[in-house]
Amino acid sequence: MSAHVVPIRVYMRVFAALMVLFVLTVAIAFVDFQHLLPFTGAAIINDIVALLIAFSKAALVILFFMHVRYSSRLTWLFAIAGAVWLAILLALTLSDYFTRHWLT
Amino acid sequence: MSSESSVLAHHFDDLEQQHEAATLGMWAFLVTELLFFGGLFTGYTVYRWRTPLAFEEASRHLDLWLGTINTGVLLVSSLTMALAVHAAQLSRHRAATMYLLLTVLLGAGFLIIKMVEYGHKFTQGIYPGSIENIHVPPELAAQGVQPNNVALFYSFYFTTTGLHALHMLIGMGLLLSLAVRTARGRLMGEAATRVEITGLYWHFVDIVWIFVFPLYYLIGLT
Repeated sequence: MSAHVVPIRVYMRVFAALMVLFVLTVAIAFVDFQHLLPFTGAAIINDIVALLIAFSKAALVILFFMHVRYSSRLTWLFAIAGAVWLAILLALTLSDYFTRHWLT
Repeated sequence: MSSESSVLAHHFDDLEQQHEAATLGMWAFLVTELLFFGGLFTGYTVYRWRTPLAFEEASRHLDLWLGTINTGVLLVSSLTMALAVHAAQLSRHRAATMYLLLTVLLGAGFLIIKMVEYGHKFTQGIYPGSIENIHVPPELAAQGVQPNNVALFYSFYFTTTGLHALHMLIGMGLLLSLAVRTARGRLMGEAATRVEITGLYWHFVDIVWIFVFPLYYLIGLT
């Protein structure tokens, strides 16, 4: 076989993990960190946790459903290149908008 | 080697090289897709950072239940897609066809729910670029929330979910054309690469939604 056959139980475990993270992200959205924690701006914890869960889910899908875990180094490079270019897009754009008020 | 020669295109040395080339080709395409959607998420981040209260206000008007159900539907469709690839690799053509059709059905279910959501918004007079039917609650207006800030969230919402829905439609078309061939016993075993790389595309569209869901439906709920 030129393609790696991933066992069904791996798919099932990954799916179970995805569903757990899915329920978790909905539940966390209702937790009011601003009232639970003493410092101002604690509400951003909701967004940080939501994004951490989203990246974890994406990583599970990429590694197992998209077979990257079992793929060649070159496939890894392509996948990582996507993440790097997205990071450049975000970092350069946001470093502009997030610092404009420093001038005023 | 007769089965191999029928699957192997003449410009490749062997099946492994052919499989690698197909996989990398799809990944290169998906990277461009990632940056395509990435631009929308970057725009979202900039404007949400500028007017966080307006985005949270608009988000609360999305249907959380339908969004949650749709997220579950898409996650299940990713599982059935993975199982279709698995069945095709093992030359189980009936199972592969069934899982492909199941994936298309789940995709159709997602799009029907999405249409219901759009329908609710349209009857409220909310559509891309609309502003006249957006009513900002007085306590938020006092904090400087403008109707056009709220409208911007909806513009991002309709553009991102609309493009996502278009990608799903294309994916469903591809999966149907695969199912027609797997039903005839084609695309099995060594020839399953087409099912596999179409699967890569389908999973990518699922990943986009994995980020759309928390960023559009789950903000401002506390």
